[in-house]
Amino acid sequence: MIKVALTVNGTEQSAEVEPRTLLVEMLRDKLGLTGTHVGCDTSQCGACTVHLDGRSIKACTILAVQAAGRNVTTIEGIANADGTLHPMQAAFREHHGLQCGFCTPGMVMSALALVERNVGKAIDETTIRHELEGNLCRCTGYHGIVQAIAAGAKAMGR
Amino acid sequence: MYAFDYQRPNALAEAAKLFGDGEDASYIAGGQTIIPTLKQRLRRPSVVIDLGAIPEMQGITVSAATVTIGAMTCHADVAASADVRRAIPALAALAALIGDPQVRNRGTLGGSIANNDPAADYPAALVGLGATVHTSQRQIGAEEFFTGMFETALQPGELVVKVVFPVPKRAAYKKLCNPASRYAVVGVMVAETASGIRVAVTGAGPSVFRVPAMEAALTTSFAADAIKRIAVPAADLNGDMHATPEYRAHLIGVMAARAVAEIA
Ligand SMILES: Cc1cc2nc3c(=O)[nH]c(=O)nc-3n(C[C@H](O)[C@H](O)[C@H](O)COP(=O)(O)OP(=O)(O)OC[C@H]3O[C@@H](n4cnc5c(N)ncnc54)[C@H](O)[C@@H]3O)c2cc1C
Ligand code: FES
Ligand code: FES
Repeated sequence: MIKVALTVNGTEQSAEVEPRTLLVEMLRDKLGLTGTHVGCDTSQCGACTVHLDGRSIKACTILAVQAAGRNVTTIEGIANADGTLHPMQAAFREHHGLQCGFCTPGMVMSALALVERNVGKAIDETTIRHELEGNLCRCTGYHGIVQAIAAGAKAMGR
Repeated sequence: MYAFDYQRPNALAEAAKLFGDGEDASYIAGGQTIIPTLKQRLRRPSVVIDLGAIPEMQGITVSAATVTIGAMTCHADVAASADVRRAIPALAALAALIGDPQVRNRGTLGGSIANNDPAADYPAALVGLGATVHTSQRQIGAEEFFTGMFETALQPGELVVKVVFPVPKRAAYKKLCNPASRYAVVGVMVAETASGIRVAVTGAGPSVFRVPAMEAALTTSFAADAIKRIAVPAADLNGDMHATPEYRAHLIGVMAARAVAEIA
């Protein structure tokens, strides 16, 4: 076992894990943060998307030990301190950006990274669709998600 | 996943030593190929050696004549680098088309070329631009580096440290993406380099290859029309659920013509 210490949603956390433990397994099983989902075994669906030092990654395709000493943000870490939704979360609710909700945590984390990456650039439908390539949704047909991200970006002052 | 030990050396020599000491050691770079492989229990390494802390394998340096990219540089950093975009815009554009944003934030140049997936994008850039691979032991020209499907000239334990790309006069890369994975069904890099016109194809065959007939035609006349009637034989090309060999042969012509049109 290896002791892995890292910062999750602004709080220092640590846990004993095996070298083969994935970051998503550590988050869900050791730290109880079950908002990050696992939708596939093939690194394709993006339901497990979190931010590592501010950049979106698939938490199922990195070992927990590889995140040691680094900053991880999960879906649990983005709402406001008073519990009200982040503008991007609110936009997903408003614009029917979800049906079953399984893909939603990953979608929201990808959406926030997309907004960060495109500072100073237009966040139009083409950009949103291109940059959502790493996130699959079995329910919505994406239209509501794309609209939600456009509205969420706007609500974030973009 | 089977259990394994984990090491994170911070020097090249130490990585090679750990590899030699391990019964069945494996390096890990961005993990975007090796972790899915381990999940499927297709490999059972005794030790996984993380290359993330080795300084020589990091970073991008650009001079008037070359762009040098450390093996551990992730695709997103190549795509976003202002220096790369200025010196070899086609290389930055190619990196921006790999997989999806999450994959680009982890997957690395070294991991991509060491793996030599027949549908990977970077092999077309290395062969198309005439790059040189610097390993922990020697320098290898791109065409000698890629030896076959998932095969390279790397010896067991030998590491890709960096890749040096000569700056071309002009270059463009066009690919037809697999709609699900974004891997190349066919991708073509066309470049005018100091050593002449080069046309490199990925996705179509077992490993990246050049098309001498197109290179000769483009040397005479650098225009999309010049390669219109040049057919690449389908016999040696890949056929799978995504595309037949005949369709891939057709796509080589289409992608090459688009690349030429972009820079002609
Ligand atoms: C959903 C998805 C979509 C993708 N789409 C594309 C695409 O469109 N185009 C494309 O080109 N690629 C694509 N990829 C592949 C990805 O971009 C990476 O390039 C690839 O996974 C390998 O890089 P890595 O850093 O992740 O290597 P790893 O997975 O860490 O390693 C791969 C192999 O290379 C070895 N290795 C790694 N680094 C070195 C080194 N420096 N020296 C020697 N050996 C080394 C490892 O031991 C291992 O055997 C995709 C991957 C996924 C998961
Ligand atoms: S669970 Fe990570 S990509 Fe599907
Ligand atoms: S809302 Fe059900 S998978 Fe996207």
